[in-house]
Amino acid sequence: MTPATWPCPTADGARAEEYALCFDSGRAHRLLIVPALFDEANRMRRLTVEVMRRLDGAGIDSMLPDLPGCNESLQPLEAQTPTLWRAAMAEAAAHFRASHVLGIRGGSLLTPTGMQSWHYAPARAPIILRQMIRARILSSREAGVTETYDGLIDQGMESGLNLAGFALSPDFIDEFQHLTGQVSKVIEQDTIGGGGLWLRADPGEDREQADALAAILAIGIKA
Amino acid sequence: MQTDTDQLLRRILTDVLGLKAGQADGFTAETGLFGHLPELDSMAVAGLLTEMEDRLDIMIEDDEIDGELLETYGSLLVFAEAKRAAA
Repeated sequence: MTPATWPCPTADGARAEEYALCFDSGRAHRLLIVPALFDEANRMRRLTVEVMRRLDGAGIDSMLPDLPGCNESLQPLEAQTPTLWRAAMAEAAAHFRASHVLGIRGGSLLTPTGMQSWHYAPARAPIILRQMIRARILSSREAGVTETYDGLIDQGMESGLNLAGFALSPDFIDEFQHLTGQVSKVIEQDTIGGGGLWLRADPGEDREQADALAAILAIGIKA
Repeated sequence: MQTDTDQLLRRILTDVLGLKAGQADGFTAETGLFGHLPELDSMAVAGLLTEMEDRLDIMIEDDEIDGELLETYGSLLVFAEAKRAAA
C-alpha cells in the first residue's frame, strides 16, 4: 500500500496534484475506487482499504483517489461541483489505467463511464443532502437556533451552506440535488451481510464484510 | 410480544450503534437513547432518522424531532408505530 499522486483537473483549467492510496504492481486488473462522500468517507475508509488489501492478495491492483477538496486534498471544497468531481475521477481512471471501477455509497454518483463498474450500497443524492441538512438542523437547535430544510436549501442556493463542517457552494448544492449515477451493477448490503458500516455512529470495521465485498469484486473482475 | 416495527427498530439501532446480534433485544421502553449514548451526536441521529424513514417506509418532519422523541427506546418506538399506522 503506497500513496501516489495524480494530476487532477481544476475549475480554472489548471492541474492540481492529488493523492491516491494505491496497491499498484502494474497488473492487468486495475480497480479504481470512488470513495463514499462527506462524513461517510471517514466511516467507510477502513472497510475500503481492507477490501483493497484483499484484492491485492487476489492479484488485482486498486487505487483510491481523494476527491478534490476532501481528505488530503489542498483544493478548497467550496470550489468543487459534482461535474468537477466526475471529471476528476475520470482523470484518475485514465491516469491509473483503471480497467474497472467501484463506487462506494455516494461515490456511486461519480463513477466514470467506459469500463465495467459496480456500485456498493449506492446512496441517492437527495437523501445524502437531506441527512446532512437534518444534522445541521439538529445541532443548530441544540444551540437554540431554529432552521428549516427549505430555508437552508434557499440559503444554500443563494450563498452556499456549511453542512457538518463541509462548505458547499451554491453551484454544488444546485447540481447535487438532481445528481444521478450511471447504470451499474449494484452490490446491495444484504449480499454483503451485516449492518452497513456507513450507519455506524462511530467508525467501525468488519472483516467478514470486507471478505464478502472483495470476493464479489474479484470474481467479477476476473470473469 | 415484539411487533414488526419493534423488531425493525431494534435492528436499525443495532446497525447504528454497532451492537452485537441480540444485544438490542435487551432494550426496554425505559432504555435511554440520546443523551445516554455518547455515540449519538447530531450526525448519527440524522442517520438514524434517515434509516428509519427508509426501512419503516415513513416520512419524518424535522419539526417532529425533539429531545423527548429520542429520550428512551419506548418513546422512539411509540413514535415509529404511530407513523407507520398513519402511513
